[in-house]
Amino acid sequence: MKYLTLAAATLLATSASAEPPQLVVYTYDSFVADWGPGPVIEAAFEAECDCDLKFVGMGDGAALLARLKLEGARSDADVVLGLDTSLVAAAKDTGLFAPAKVTADYDLPVTWADDTFVPYDWGYFAFVHDKKLTAPKNFRELADSDLKIVIQDPRSSTPGLGLLMWVKDAYGDEAPAIWEGLADNIVTVTKGWSEAYGLFLEGEADMVLSYTTSPAYHLIAEKDETKAAAIFDEGHYMQIEVAGKLAATDQPELADKFMQFMVSDAAQSVLPTTNWMYPAVAPAAGLPEGFDQLVEPEKALLVPNDAVPALRDEALAEWLSALSQ
Amino acid sequence: MAFRPVSISTKPGISAAVTVAALILTALLAVLGRAEFTSGLGPADWSAIRFTILQAVISAVVSTLLAVPVARALARRRFRGRGLLVTLLGAPFILPVIVAVLGLLAVFGRAGWLNAGLAQVGLEPVSIYGLHGVVLAHVFFNLPLATRLLLQAWQTVPAERFRLAAQMSLTPYAVFRSIEVPLLRQILPGTAALVFVICLTSFAVALTLGGGPRATTVELAIYQAFRFDFDLSRAALLSLVQLGIAGGTAAAALWIIPTISIGGGFDRSLHRWDGQVGVQQVLDVLFIGLTTAFLLLPLVAVVTRGVAGFAKTPLAVWHAAGVSIIVALFSIAVLLAIALPMAGWIATRPRGGSEAVGLLGLAASPLTIGTGWFILINPVVDPFALALPVTALVNAFMALPFVLRIIVPPMRDTVQVYGRLTQTLGMGGWSLWRWVILPRLRPQIGFAAGLTGALSMGDLGVIALFASPDTATLPLQMYRLMGAYRMDAAAGAALILLALSLGIFWVFDKGGRWHAQA
Amino acid sequence: MLRLEEAEIAQDTFTLRADLSIEQTRKYAVIGPSGAGKSTLLSALCGFIPLSTGRLLWQDTDITTFAPGDRPMTMLFQDNNLFPHLSIQQNVGLGLRPDLRLSIDEKDRVLNALSRVGLSAFAQRKPGALSGGQQSRAALARVLVQARPFVLLDEPFAALGPALRNEMLDLVAELITETKATLIMVTHAPDDVRRIADEVIFVANGVAAKPQPAKALMDNPPQELRDYLG
Repeated sequence: MKYLTLAAATLLATSASAEPPQLVVYTYDSFVADWGPGPVIEAAFEAECDCDLKFVGMGDGAALLARLKLEGARSDADVVLGLDTSLVAAAKDTGLFAPAKVTADYDLPVTWADDTFVPYDWGYFAFVHDKKLTAPKNFRELADSDLKIVIQDPRSSTPGLGLLMWVKDAYGDEAPAIWEGLADNIVTVTKGWSEAYGLFLEGEADMVLSYTTSPAYHLIAEKDETKAAAIFDEGHYMQIEVAGKLAATDQPELADKFMQFMVSDAAQSVLPTTNWMYPAVAPAAGLPEGFDQLVEPEKALLVPNDAVPALRDEALAEWLSALSQ
Repeated sequence: MAFRPVSISTKPGISAAVTVAALILTALLAVLGRAEFTSGLGPADWSAIRFTILQAVISAVVSTLLAVPVARALARRRFRGRGLLVTLLGAPFILPVIVAVLGLLAVFGRAGWLNAGLAQVGLEPVSIYGLHGVVLAHVFFNLPLATRLLLQAWQTVPAERFRLAAQMSLTPYAVFRSIEVPLLRQILPGTAALVFVICLTSFAVALTLGGGPRATTVELAIYQAFRFDFDLSRAALLSLVQLGIAGGTAAAALWIIPTISIGGGFDRSLHRWDGQVGVQQVLDVLFIGLTTAFLLLPLVAVVTRGVAGFAKTPLAVWHAAGVSIIVALFSIAVLLAIALPMAGWIATRPRGGSEAVGLLGLAASPLTIGTGWFILINPVVDPFALALPVTALVNAFMALPFVLRIIVPPMRDTVQVYGRLTQTLGMGGWSLWRWVILPRLRPQIGFAAGLTGALSMGDLGVIALFASPDTATLPLQMYRLMGAYRMDAAAGAALILLALSLGIFWVFDKGGRWHAQA
Repeated sequence: MLRLEEAEIAQDTFTLRADLSIEQTRKYAVIGPSGAGKSTLLSALCGFIPLSTGRLLWQDTDITTFAPGDRPMTMLFQDNNLFPHLSIQQNVGLGLRPDLRLSIDEKDRVLNALSRVGLSAFAQRKPGALSGGQQSRAALARVLVQARPFVLLDEPFAALGPALRNEMLDLVAELITETKATLIMVTHAPDDVRRIADEVIFVANGVAAKPQPAKALMDNPPQELRDYLG
């Protein structure tokens, strides 16, 4: 049985020291799927590191952080890949991470100043809709319209939390009023991104909270040109996905090497069409065909990492009270 | 020396019950042990508790009451394809939540068939989102279970009773009063309690169909405590509240059930003479027809979408299907090892309150149990190495209350009817199981095993906490496909999942009834 | 000899007292009004109902607390004397070995018993496929292989027709005599008593009386029994 061979492999790995060193990378579930970036990146990195790269997938970014907090310094993980900007401050607070020794020429709409976490890809949150629809230009227009939207619950989903921060960052104290205006547009709130996107594709809503890069998937993988992302003039909230090295790692050099690899061309060129996000460093060959057709927001919004936790709790309380009426 | 009705050894049963309780409570203690006590329950938590109870009560009452006419109709009608229909009607119960929700929405959603039909005749569309949507979905999931439990009870009524009724030309109402009401009194409270507990831990369904944070359940609050706030003390407190509500309800419901022996009678196939014509027939046909439509149309939607996406299903899905089958078989083995001795113990007790132990596994938040065990296991063993056993155990725990409901009543009857005979013959221990209990209960054991296998097949559960890429189960792989935009392929995977769940159910259920006279 | 010493059997609000001895190889009829406690007496002898006071002795061994299977007796109930899911042969076999692991010799004994009650051709059938009389015979075959010193009958033939019932009673009497067992049977019918009983235990008003010779008692019944017989 599979798990027996797996257990045996684990035993062998610990007993035989002649084996190449192992680097354990915790990441979110969709990264390690056969069709995700995981397998390609694993093969490419192992080709040059003389090591065994082991991805361990679990839930999403929030699940990753919760797992790390449970394991504490005893964690087997050397690197964590897939926390996002909303989680960075909380992750740092754990004291489990060590500064990374990585240099890269980031191609991000904002300046990246953090020395602990290494961004590897990013995207803008946006409402995705059918091209036939005349999309609203901002949240107020959306609230005034009869359009139906599906969003994710910020308590259980990263994009849901992104939307919360988006509205809060764009509207500040007016955010509760925006949410009250949106209440009758919201068909429902889902546990995660997959459910919301599934509902949207089923025709349950006119728009769904996703990313500006979502139409690229339909365009490239399905040759489907009917999907578009609505550009809002308040600007779009960003999600930057980052990797971090654990202070307790027994492979600090290998960990740095891997994080450096993540911002190298070999990894960056893979991410757009497997993770469906923008690469953090512009690939030498440019973005894949199809990405050029994506709309680009004029303004990027991002709450500074340190300010996220306090703002998050305030915004959640407002969101709950506005939508619970 | 105790004068008991039968010589079933109670030690294995009590040990199994204690093990179940201990494993669950240990997990809770492990979470509590890691918690820093900073916060109690806030107003939001209390409103989640209120909503959870409200929706669970309504869902349980509606599911159970609707099941009465449906089970009644199925019990007294014989028609071609009845067996197949009864099997298919079980399908919603074993579907992964997201698949079922998408199927329901294809029928009842904004762009669903129902609203398309209403628009055709110029009627206003109806919205599924809200408390009624939550109840609708829960009825969809649990009506089949309730029906099946009632139907099984109906079939334990000795044919002689119905013959007597036919002889006396009793009216349908008189049959209902004299035969069916006592039966329902025995079976309804337990069934309703079971559905209540299932709905208690609802999360994704309640949120998605409830239409927003108004529909926040305790399970979502637990999820939030773990994931959003990493507040272990709140998570553990909420889990305790959930267990308390479930345990209290279950114990009360099971306690008030009168123990009525349904009586023996040689296993003759059941013929019914009552209600074969007239209004009763029309009603029966109506109930069977409507239920079939309600339960099968969403499945038709799932199948249709699945067939379309089948070709896009990647190979990894088939590998995951293999893992899922192994997990399911493992779960069945673990379950039977726990449930049979427990049922033997419970059946020889005068009251059924001890069955509530079985509900612990279902009422405990899977996230809390998973996290608790993770905290315990992680320092000792690589959790991934234990992924399969832990998953099998948790799946077995989840199925335990259903299985006890299925097995305990016939076990009690067997004890009542054949207890003295087995004692005269000095039968005890393995001989009693081998020659009396197992053969007498074979149909129920087959049903229970099939149900466990199917439930285990469709469950995402703790595997997400323990799974490594190589041990991904089919539901997990399906979620991964959805998470990567590949909804078509995910629909294909859902179809495979549906087929495998029903397949494993069918094999065991059929195996149990094969050559059995019951 | 089986001796019920100063016994009291309590069930809910009902109490039955008994102080009596039962001699081996004799046939006893237990008679009395409905609800007087005839079945209760048999259940207590068999160990299904505990004695609240008193003792049950068999050949000077105190068996008051013995499990039913460990007592020197076997019993036929009003119904459910056979497992419907097992063949007749298996049902009878259980009388020898509760785990049904029969030796060749034991299998022979089962087949002999079946042939003795005239059911050789039905060994592989299940009880549901047999007539009421045949089911009774199968149960008797089981009693035969059990070969216990005491055979207790709680009206197992009540559902049979008169001719069939007499036939079964004759068969029982024959088998009991053949195996030198003791018969204790509950009955309502004075004819049954005359037909096979040596002694009568009259149960009424919460007391099981000491056995009395059947013929003398039936020919000259005391007032209470006369009331019952009508």
